[in-house]
Amino acid sequence: MSRLISDRSADAVLNESFLELRAKLLEVAATLDRIDRAGTTQPATSATANRRSQIQGAIEVLLSGEPDRAATLQQLFSREYQPDWRTEMKL
Amino acid sequence: MDYIDPHIHMVSRTTDDYATLARMGCVAMSEPAFWAGYDRGSVDGFRDYFRQLTEVEPRRAAQFGIQHFTWLCINAKEAENVSLSRDVIAMIPEFIDAPNVLGIGEIGLNKNTKNEATVFLEHIDLAMKFNQLILIHTPHLEDKYQGTRMILDMLTSDSRIDPSRVLVDHVEEHTIGEVLDRGFWAGMTLYPVTKCTPERAADMIERFGGQRLLANSAGDWGPSKPTAVPDLIFELRRRGHQESLIRKVVYDNPIAFFSQSKNFHFLPRR
Repeated sequence: MSRLISDRSADAVLNESFLELRAKLLEVAATLDRIDRAGTTQPATSATANRRSQIQGAIEVLLSGEPDRAATLQQLFSREYQPDWRTEMKL
Repeated sequence: MDYIDPHIHMVSRTTDDYATLARMGCVAMSEPAFWAGYDRGSVDGFRDYFRQLTEVEPRRAAQFGIQHFTWLCINAKEAENVSLSRDVIAMIPEFIDAPNVLGIGEIGLNKNTKNEATVFLEHIDLAMKFNQLILIHTPHLEDKYQGTRMILDMLTSDSRIDPSRVLVDHVEEHTIGEVLDRGFWAGMTLYPVTKCTPERAADMIERFGGQRLLANSAGDWGPSKPTAVPDLIFELRRRGHQESLIRKVVYDNPIAFFSQSKNFHFLPRR
């Protein structure tokens, strides 16, 4: 894999992205607050519980400090691949 | 900078959009056949649509100096109707020699079902029979990873298929590596919410380089931005990347891939 690095330093990238990143984090925080405020009127469905779990997992990925967070998040939100799908579908 | 949008659905866009695209530097585009927002009821519905793609849109584009190319298929969302799909596949050869047809597409999967896979394989047969390029649609959101892997399984298990003649579209961070590693071309779709932003596309270019990588807007009837490719150009410039790299992704690569079709007679601006 080739990596094309522009001339910018990590500090420069952080500084130019800071306000946008701050705004996106605030959107996440406000959305989580909104969900909490809405309260619970009925038991969560398994689909809803799964989505809550995915969001929680995604936040943990962001905090992990590991590289390739975007790809890891994409995998977290993806259905699992079954290598024997052709056999299962009889194709 | 002159650029080519390799995946845009102009039947859904206004003539004003053609004018705007021309002013933004778009000199050519390719329009895959896709879902109309509703399931069509007959093969004649598709016959009319293919006339629009091969006769009407090239004329509309030409008014603004844009060269229009297209791809033919029945899309994955309508592939659940296997009987209709087979009728459409049987009808496609009526249009395959139209002067702006580059190949079969956008074919692929939507919900990764058996019917979709069946129709996908029959499209592949058609493409091989008529020696056509292939343009692939990969599914959205949680279905993308599984569907992309299934599509790659089907493509790589067919010895007739040359990966350099296949463009796999809508790649994202978790699918781009495998598509490129297996020798296919990869298209990044700059589409709000469900696909990729110009910033993330620029990240992928930085990570994977510009080889066999294209960028498109997939502008259609949904929330989409037909001028998204110029947004990517400006993002790459903002990061200080060389014009040669930007030009490779938005101009040279589409030309290189499309030039494998006998119908791609592109006239660069003088």
